Amino acid sequence: MADLRNDFVGIKSPNPFWLASAPPTDKEYNVVRAFKAGWGGVVWKTLGLDPHIVNVGGPRYGAIWGADRRLLGLNNIELITDRPLEVNLQEIKSVKRDWPDRAVVTSLMVPCEEPCWEEILRQVEDTGCDGVELNFGCPHGMSERGMGAAVGQVPEYIEMVTRWAKANTRMPVIVKLTPNITDVRYPARAAHAGGADAVSLINTISSIVSVDLDSFAPQPTIDGKGTHGGYCGPAVKPIALNMVAAIARDPETASLPISGIGGVTTWRDAAEFITLGAGNVQVCTAAMTYGFKIIDDLVEGLEQWMDNAGHADLDAIHGRAIPNVTEWQYLNLNYTTKARIDQDSCIKCGRCHIACEDTSHQAITNMVDGERRFEVIDEECVGCNLCVNVCPVESCITMEQIPSGDMDERTGKPVADEYGNWTMHPNNPMRDAAE
Amino acid sequence: MVDRYLEDGILDGRLDAGDYDGNFGDAHPPLDTHEALVAADRCYFCYDAPCVTACPTGIDIPKFIRQISTGNLDGSARTIFDQNILGGMCARVCPTETLCEQACVRETAEGKPVQIGLLQRHATDHAMSHGRQFYSRAAETGKSVAIIGAGPAGLACAHRLAMKGHAVVVYDAREKAGGLNEFGIATYKTVDDFAQHEVDYVTAIGGIEIITGKRLGDGLSIDGLSKAHDAVFVGIGLSGVNALGVDGEDDAAVANAVDFIAALRQASDLSTIPVGRRVMVIGGGMTAIDVATQAHLLGAQEVTIAYRRGREQMNASEVEQNQSTSKGVNIRHWMKPVEVTKTDSGSLLVKMEYTTLSGGKLAGTGKFQTFEVDQLFKAIGQTLEAGDALAGLTLEQGRIKVDESFRTSNPSVWAGGDCTTGGDDLTVTAVAQGRDAAESIHAALSA
Repeated sequence: MADLRNDFVGIKSPNPFWLASAPPTDKEYNVVRAFKAGWGGVVWKTLGLDPHIVNVGGPRYGAIWGADRRLLGLNNIELITDRPLEVNLQEIKSVKRDWPDRAVVTSLMVPCEEPCWEEILRQVEDTGCDGVELNFGCPHGMSERGMGAAVGQVPEYIEMVTRWAKANTRMPVIVKLTPNITDVRYPARAAHAGGADAVSLINTISSIVSVDLDSFAPQPTIDGKGTHGGYCGPAVKPIALNMVAAIARDPETASLPISGIGGVTTWRDAAEFITLGAGNVQVCTAAMTYGFKIIDDLVEGLEQWMDNAGHADLDAIHGRAIPNVTEWQYLNLNYTTKARIDQDSCIKCGRCHIACEDTSHQAITNMVDGERRFEVIDEECVGCNLCVNVCPVESCITMEQIPSGDMDERTGKPVADEYGNWTMHPNNPMRDAAE
Repeated sequence: MVDRYLEDGILDGRLDAGDYDGNFGDAHPPLDTHEALVAADRCYFCYDAPCVTACPTGIDIPKFIRQISTGNLDGSARTIFDQNILGGMCARVCPTETLCEQACVRETAEGKPVQIGLLQRHATDHAMSHGRQFYSRAAETGKSVAIIGAGPAGLACAHRLAMKGHAVVVYDAREKAGGLNEFGIATYKTVDDFAQHEVDYVTAIGGIEIITGKRLGDGLSIDGLSKAHDAVFVGIGLSGVNALGVDGEDDAAVANAVDFIAALRQASDLSTIPVGRRVMVIGGGMTAIDVATQAHLLGAQEVTIAYRRGREQMNASEVEQNQSTSKGVNIRHWMKPVEVTKTDSGSLLVKMEYTTLSGGKLAGTGKFQTFEVDQLFKAIGQTLEAGDALAGLTLEQGRIKVDESFRTSNPSVWAGGDCTTGGDDLTVTAVAQGRDAAESIHAALSA
C-alpha cells in the first residue's frame, strides 16, 4: 500500500489531509471527531486577542448549487473564533496531548503590531501545538479592521509580520495567502522574504453569492442588508490550482513549501494539488457539506490510485506536473486534434451539435442521410474540446491527435512534424529572429 | 374483509367501506417541489429534442422543464398550454412511456427517462390551482363556430377558436362536458374531479358556450349547424362498441367496458357499483386494462384479461400491462371467445379457443378452454356510430375522412379526434387535431 505519511515543514501527520482553519476546527469537540474519523491534521480556527470577536446572529452562509442541489460554491461571512482565547488555548493543548500523531497547527490573526504577535505566539507555543498559520487571507470583516486580507494584499506587511512571527517563535510559520490580489507571486515572495517556512493558499475569494429578488438584498441577508463574504468549495479549485502552480514555478519561491487549499473534495483533487507542488492539502467545504467521513475515500482513493500507478509515497507525485505547466507562447501550435464521437455510446442529445453550431465552428452534424446523427466534420473542427465538455456521457467524445504528416482537413495542409510555438510563428511580429 | 368478497355473482359492496378510497387514489401521486427540481435537473436540454418530436402536440419539453428548474412555474405551464391547452389531463393519461419518455435520451442512456409526464403535471397543476390564465380573446370576429362533442378534440378546438375571437358553441350528448376525459378514463388516473376543473379552466377564456344533453341526430344536424354558424367541427369520438360476435353475449352479465368505466367515474359512492367475483375481460387495449384493474380494485377476486394475440400486439403499453398485473390482474394471450353460456347457478361459461398465427393471419387451433365467471366485459374497440347524421360526410375505414387540415368532404365542416381516420385513440392526438383544425377553420374564416 502506498505510504501516505506526510512531513510538512517538519510537521508530521499520518496522511496529507488537514482540515483547514474554519468552523470545523473551532472546538475540541469537532477536532476530536475529525481525528477519530481519520483526518491527518487540523489548522485550528483562527485565534485573536481578547476580547474575542462576535459573529452575526445568522445567517452566515450563502451557496450556489448544481444539479440535484449539489453544493458547488459556499460563501461565508463568519469571522475568526468567537470564543475566549484561553478556552481555545486549553482545548488545543488537550487535543495535542491526546493526539500526538496528528498535526495541530494554530491559525492566528492579531493587529499589525509586533507586541500583539509576540504575546499570542508565546501563549500558543505553550499549547505544544506543531506550528502556526498566519491568517492574511480572510476577505471580510477582519480586513476592515486592518487584519486578514488587508495584510495579505500588501506584500510589505506580509513580510513584516512574517518576520515578527519568526522572531518570536521557534514553531514553523505558515503564511496563508489571499487570492484577492492580481498576482499571487508577490505576496508569496514577501512571505518567503520574511522567513516563512511555508505558504498555504488559497483563502476565500471575495464574493456576493446571490441577491434576494424580493428584498433586493445580497444573501446571506442580515436584517435587510448583506455584505461580501468569502467564496470557497469545488467552484474555486481551478483558481487555487493556478495560484499554487504559479508559486511553485516561480524561481524565487520554488523551494517554498505549499499547503494547498481550495475546493479539495475528492482524492483526485488532492492529488492534483500535490502534483502542482502542494506538500499537503487542507479541506473545509467538502467536510462541511458531507461530514468528516469523507476522509475515508480521500485516503483510500489516493492510496489506491498511487498503488495502481506505482507511486510509492507522496514524494513520488509531489510537483510532478510542474514541468508541464508552461506559458501559452510555448505551446506547440503544430499539435493538431479532432473530436471523435463514439456512435455506440452517443445518446443523441445533440448538445455537441448545438454548442458547436451556435457558438463555435459548425463542425458537428445533426443529420446524416436523413437520420439524427452527430458526426464531426474534420474540415471545420479546430479541436477546441467544447463538445467533449458539454457531452453528458463520459468518454463518448474524445480528442484524437492527428499524426504529423497526415492531412489536417481544416487547413488543407499536412500536420507539421516539428515543434513550433508562437515565439517562432511567422504571424508573430515579436518572434525570435533566430535565423 | 366482508363476506361479500367471496360470494359468487355480481354484487356491490364487496370491500370494506374504507378500502375504496385507497384503491382509487391517485395512481401517480404528483411530484412535490423538491422531487420536481430533482427530476427537472435530469433533463439534458437536448438539441431538436426527440421528446418534442414524439409528442403529438409538439410541446417544447426541454423548455418547460428548464422553466421548472429555474423556478418559473408559470412560464413552464404556459409553454405547455401554448401547444396543448389540455396539458393537465395529458400529463395524467398520456402513455408517456410510448411517447415522450420513450424518446428521451436518458431512456437511451440509462433506461430511466426524465419524468416528463409528472413534470408536466407539476407545472400545469401549479398554474391551474393558482387560476393562472395565459390567454385572452382577440377582438370579436363576428363569426361563430359550432363544435359537436365536448371531448378533448372539441375543447382544444374551442379554446383555440375563442383565442382567435370567434364565438364558439359546443354541443355534447352527455349531461357533462369532457368526453372521454370525464367518462372514459380510469378513476385513479384523474382524481378529484379534475376533468371538470379542466373544462372550467379551458372555457374561462370566454366566448365558449357549452350546451350539454344535445346529441347529433337528435334535434341536432350538421346541416342545421352549418346554416346557423360559419363553420362546424365534429369531435364526437367513437360511441359504438364492437360486439364479440358470439352466441350468448346478450346476457345481462356481459357488459360493455366503456359503460362500466363511465359508471365508475360518475359514481359518488364506489361501493354501489356491482362487480363479479370472477371477472373476464376480452380485449387488449387501454380500455381492457382499465376495466380489469378497476374491477379488481372494486373487489373482484379473480380478474383475467383474455387477448386473442400476444403481449407484443397489445395496444395497452407495457407499463399499463405491468401496473395491471402488479395489482393482481391476470393477462392471458392467444385465445378468443367462441361461446358464452349460462349455468344453472347463474354464472357464465366462457368457451375460449386458443389461437395462433397461420401464414401471418390469426387462426383458431381447435383447442378450447372454458372459464366460469360471474361477469364478462367486452373491450375490443369502439366504432363510429355513423347513422344518418353523418350522411353528408365521406367516411374512410369506418371513420370520418379528413384532409391534412382536418377538413371533411364538406368544406364548411372540420373533424378531429377518434372519430376521424387519423385518430389514434389518444387524448393527446385528439387535442392536437382539435387545435390544428381550429387554425384551419380560422384561416378559412379569415380568408
